[in-house]
Amino acid sequence: MSTNKVIDARGSFCPGPLMELITYMKQASVGDTLELLSTDEGSAADVPEWVAKVGHEMLGSENVDGVWHLKIRKAK
Amino acid sequence: MRILVVGGGTGGTIVANNLARRLSAEIRNRRVRLTMLSATDRHMYQPGLLYVAFGQMTPDQLYRDQRSLLESNIEFHVDPVEKFLLDQKKVVTKSGQTHDYDILVIATGSRIVPETVPGLAEGAETFYSEASAVKLFKKLREFEGGNIALVVGVPHKCPIAPVEFIFSLHDYLKLRGIRDKTNIKYHYPIGRMHTIANVATWAKPEFERMGIEIETLFNVKEVDAENKVVRSEEGTETQYDLLIAIPPHKGMEVIEQNNMGDGGWIPTDRYKLTMNGHDDVYVLGDTTNLPVSKTGSAAHFEAEVVAENIASIVKIGTPVRDYDGKVYCFIEAGHDRATYAMFNYTTPPDLKPASKPMHWFKTAYNQMYWTSVRGLL
Ligand SMILES: Cc1cc2nc3c(=O)[nH]c(=O)nc-3n(C[C@H](O)[C@H](O)[C@H](O)COP(=O)(O)OP(=O)(O)OC[C@H]3O[C@@H](n4cnc5c(N)ncnc54)[C@H](O)[C@@H]3O)c2cc1C
Repeated sequence: MSTNKVIDARGSFCPGPLMELITYMKQASVGDTLELLSTDEGSAADVPEWVAKVGHEMLGSENVDGVWHLKIRKAK
Repeated sequence: MRILVVGGGTGGTIVANNLARRLSAEIRNRRVRLTMLSATDRHMYQPGLLYVAFGQMTPDQLYRDQRSLLESNIEFHVDPVEKFLLDQKKVVTKSGQTHDYDILVIATGSRIVPETVPGLAEGAETFYSEASAVKLFKKLREFEGGNIALVVGVPHKCPIAPVEFIFSLHDYLKLRGIRDKTNIKYHYPIGRMHTIANVATWAKPEFERMGIEIETLFNVKEVDAENKVVRSEEGTETQYDLLIAIPPHKGMEVIEQNNMGDGGWIPTDRYKLTMNGHDDVYVLGDTTNLPVSKTGSAAHFEAEVVAENIASIVKIGTPVRDYDGKVYCFIEAGHDRATYAMFNYTTPPDLKPASKPMHWFKTAYNQMYWTSVRGLL
């Protein structure tokens, strides 16, 4: 059964949102959806870049009141 | 009131000593009982492992007897917890003892899990344990030139260690006169060479000046130890003669076995530092799931908040302050220079230029650590 997990990386300068995503991606199963919350402007670009390079699936990204909500499905 | 601290490393020791002082009267008149359970009677200064890897410290210099670091009014037992019965407010230890508590503090740290990456344990050296740091030093001493690759697992404690290691490696190889016979390649999991943006901005030209090759977006997928190749999730590979890894980490097995957090990371309130759903359980240091660097520094600042709040609960029935995400990290920058980064949830790190005095301060801190865990600094 696939699950949804929210990763709250708001205010994280180190390890930072992308490192947090990589951590939880390793724990997730194929088909799971991860929603990364980030206040780092860079996440809007660097998260999709990594997701594309590794071959997961970007489901959406939107900024709500200064917080990026990036949704990713683990594809492999 | 029974306060039970599980874990006698950086975070647990600071929290227990701080509580022992704040609550000395209450402990004396037996209103409060303060107990620590840990897995070992020795306390290791883990940052010293970086120096062991370069023959600048020997392992015995990294240890102190744990009891000697604790205030005398703390009951201390070497008896690791095996079961956390949070609903019954008790833990059961390896020896079969049951300890009840009113307030529980968990600071069990993290562990390296190289075995989660195929071939990594067989193919790579590391310096994240005493034995591995000594082994790496012996390898470096025997090294006569070739390709050295550094790869970084996720997550890992001490996020600055990969950068510091490269500065020290460059200096060490120069000293041995074999730097010009050695290629060093640094690999990093995300799209810049360090997760802290201005550490990356500062260190990249420094690395270029030292002739260090950099590959970003490199997450270790597997190591072929026989053919000496390391491959990434992103589809690239690097040939090496000596592979050095910052291994991936997990929290302690006991946390997973008790279903207290995936990967051994305990879901923790980022301000209150309580375990989600359990206001009587405080969590600090590496074992939290917070998006905060897994460092002794974070454990230290968290410990101060936790101790102040628990003492306030005893005295006035309520916690008094929040953790603001504070971390302060020294960064060794080679050539006897160092700098530091300080940040919290709302203030990004502002990096100062590396200097010799900062390096001397870090050198002094290697000794001051013992004063710091006693709570005297
Ligand atoms: C090579 C290296 C370099 C580093 N450099 C730095 C640096 O420069 N600056 C910095 O701030 N940090 C640095 N760190 C990180 C720092 O050492 C850790 O982040 C810090 O020790 C974490 O503190 P902690 O209290 O969470 O865990 P630890 O200090 O690891 O303590 C965990 C404790 O829990 C005990 N324990 C485990 N299981 C149980 C159980 N079941 N029951 C009871 N007790 C248990 C253990 O015996 C141990 O006493 C470095 C680490 C390494 C390895």
